[in-house]
Amino acid sequence: MNNPQLNDRGGLRHLLTIEGLPREILVNILDTARSFVSLSGREVKKVPLLRGKSVFNLFFEPSTRTRTTFEIAAKRLSADVINLNVQSSSQTKGETLLDTIDNLAAMHADMFVVRHSQSGAPHLIARHLTRQNVVNAGDGRHAHPTQGLLDAYTIRHHKKDFSKLSVAIVGDVLHSRVARSLIHVLNILGTPDVRAVGPRTLLPTEIERLGVRVYTDMAAGIRDCDVVVTLRLQNERMQGPLLPSPQEYFKSYGLTPERLALAKKDAIVMHPGPLNRGVEIDSAVADGPQSVILQQVTFGIAVRMAVMAILAGQGKAGAA
Amino acid sequence: MNITIKNGRLVDPRNHVDATTDIFIAAGRIAALGKAPAGFRPEHSIDAKGLVVCPGLVDLSARLREPGFEYKATLESEMHAAVAGGVTSLVCPPDTDPPLDEPGLVEMLKRRAESLNLAHVYPLGALTAGLKGTHLTEMAELVDSGCVAFSQADTPLIDTQMLWRAMQYATTYSYQVWLRPQDSFLARDGIAHDGEVATRLGLSGIPAFAETIALATILTLVRETGTRVHLCRLSSAAGVDMVRRAKAEGLPVSCDVSAHHAHLADTDIGYFDSHCHVVPPFRSQRDRDALRQGLADGTIDAMCSDHAPVDEDAKQLPFGESEVGVTGLELLLALAIKWADEMKLPLSAAIQCVSARPAAILGLDAGHLAVGAAADLCVFDAKAHVRITAAHLRSQGKNTPYIGYELPGRVRHTLVGGRVVFEA
Repeated sequence: MNNPQLNDRGGLRHLLTIEGLPREILVNILDTARSFVSLSGREVKKVPLLRGKSVFNLFFEPSTRTRTTFEIAAKRLSADVINLNVQSSSQTKGETLLDTIDNLAAMHADMFVVRHSQSGAPHLIARHLTRQNVVNAGDGRHAHPTQGLLDAYTIRHHKKDFSKLSVAIVGDVLHSRVARSLIHVLNILGTPDVRAVGPRTLLPTEIERLGVRVYTDMAAGIRDCDVVVTLRLQNERMQGPLLPSPQEYFKSYGLTPERLALAKKDAIVMHPGPLNRGVEIDSAVADGPQSVILQQVTFGIAVRMAVMAILAGQGKAGAA
Repeated sequence: MNITIKNGRLVDPRNHVDATTDIFIAAGRIAALGKAPAGFRPEHSIDAKGLVVCPGLVDLSARLREPGFEYKATLESEMHAAVAGGVTSLVCPPDTDPPLDEPGLVEMLKRRAESLNLAHVYPLGALTAGLKGTHLTEMAELVDSGCVAFSQADTPLIDTQMLWRAMQYATTYSYQVWLRPQDSFLARDGIAHDGEVATRLGLSGIPAFAETIALATILTLVRETGTRVHLCRLSSAAGVDMVRRAKAEGLPVSCDVSAHHAHLADTDIGYFDSHCHVVPPFRSQRDRDALRQGLADGTIDAMCSDHAPVDEDAKQLPFGESEVGVTGLELLLALAIKWADEMKLPLSAAIQCVSARPAAILGLDAGHLAVGAAADLCVFDAKAHVRITAAHLRSQGKNTPYIGYELPGRVRHTLVGGRVVFEA
């Protein structure tokens, strides 16, 4: 099976998932992102790499943060950005996903940034299109590749060398596309110790086959880690068949200063946002000196700029 | 019409025949084998040199989508697909709209099918009214109108008291009950086999024990009630083991597997191929191998198409939103041959699984070609390979992951009741 993300020269054509991408492409995205990070601090933040291109932000699922950072990233590349919240328009009128895509493609879109509640929706769209690039901005439980990349960027920024790191991913791995993308990116970049930590109900079947060690004991799971990533616990999952209450979850898996003390002294704390303070993370940790949560957001813009520039053939990997 | 089929290799597993012989057909039945009966004058002759002649296929599950789902397929389109696939008898499950829970509906379906004069249609009646699981159907009435057994199709009974009572009631009349073992609670919201592939793709899982827990319930009730139960669409290695033990114990159970499940596993979903969105889900390769072995050792009695034509729009959706099912009537023979080839079994093993054995489950005098048997038969080229394309399929449903693949066996002639109903 051909990798649907790569063009016939092995370059990046779509970004749908981290899984299966060569290491060089990931490193190239991170390197390209670094050049855009410095841009953010400048007076004039724009570069003309995507001038004349139309980027359609196509969100079939509500999102503020991801959509905004993609919008900022595209605008800093001088693209024209069109935001569409599709759950509020055509889909409710019965139009199919691919009908919507065809209509937007006819408006001369160059790139689609897609978020969808169904795993695999961006693959379906990418398979359907001949000319445009697709960036997956999160599909179901499957993948959130730009989040995985910005997490990797943040880790590299602080820790430099992946080959010596222990990274603990704590919480609702079952429903988390962030966790899956992060697991893949860490493995491809050579991280020797990736851990998934959580109650049995939130760890998917055979998750260890993705290249993680499984821990149900929080203390053991974060002991001596260099990086602790706490995942968001969705409100609707805090009470029900998977968990009895947010209080009990916090008691067993909440990241408190005491627990964080089990990790390495210079461990960093990450979270994909938005935070549930007092559920998966204590405010003292979220706002504490080891937290790099807001930096993740800043780096996220640079990483998304890098991905879009490369897809548009304007980065080094575009010609690879 | 008197027909002679000359020079063909007759493969009739039930009668242990695998030899080149001429076949003489008169009055819709096999009049003689080898030597023409006295005074036999053929009006039509088929030269089957280099071809295989086998009993017409008996398919234990083919959705014809009538009544209610004519936009997916019609009786006419699917009956033509059946005979193009060498299928001369088929069982249609009751999951139509409305479900087959009233004699009038069954009679209409039978009449419509008979007027097409292609394959024989054997409807399964709904076990409960509207398949809703609360009221028994009028089983005796339904049998009078043409139902051959009773089933819940793909909506398993969640109420075990209801299941117990339905089985008892059916047993009163010695009717067979067909059940697909699946625990509805464990399968809730699931769209793929709960394992590594589902975890990687972020698809919610249906664990294999959704099948075995339901099987344990059904087998316990069989032990209590003595109901003859046919277990539909096994999917797991553990399920095959349970059926093997149940049969060894002497329980009156039979079972089938779908042709696609005998070949495909969850890994075939690849990059979210919605043509692999099926119920029960394709499971691991180990499960698939156990199904293939179970079919070989007779634990699994039959291979069926589990034909479910779906229009392309309903498959051009994200995996989890796409409609379940594969088209299969025209692939059943090919996939049976492919299975036997890969298992290094003779052709007769393949033919047995799709003719004699399913006919035995139904108690039909079909699926064999002894003198006196109905002349329902299929003549095919076992050496030819056919590239499966949407245009090649007569079914209105083009939904199979085998589009673009080459599969063995090309059907050349299909006869039902001594009439040629398909030629290619």
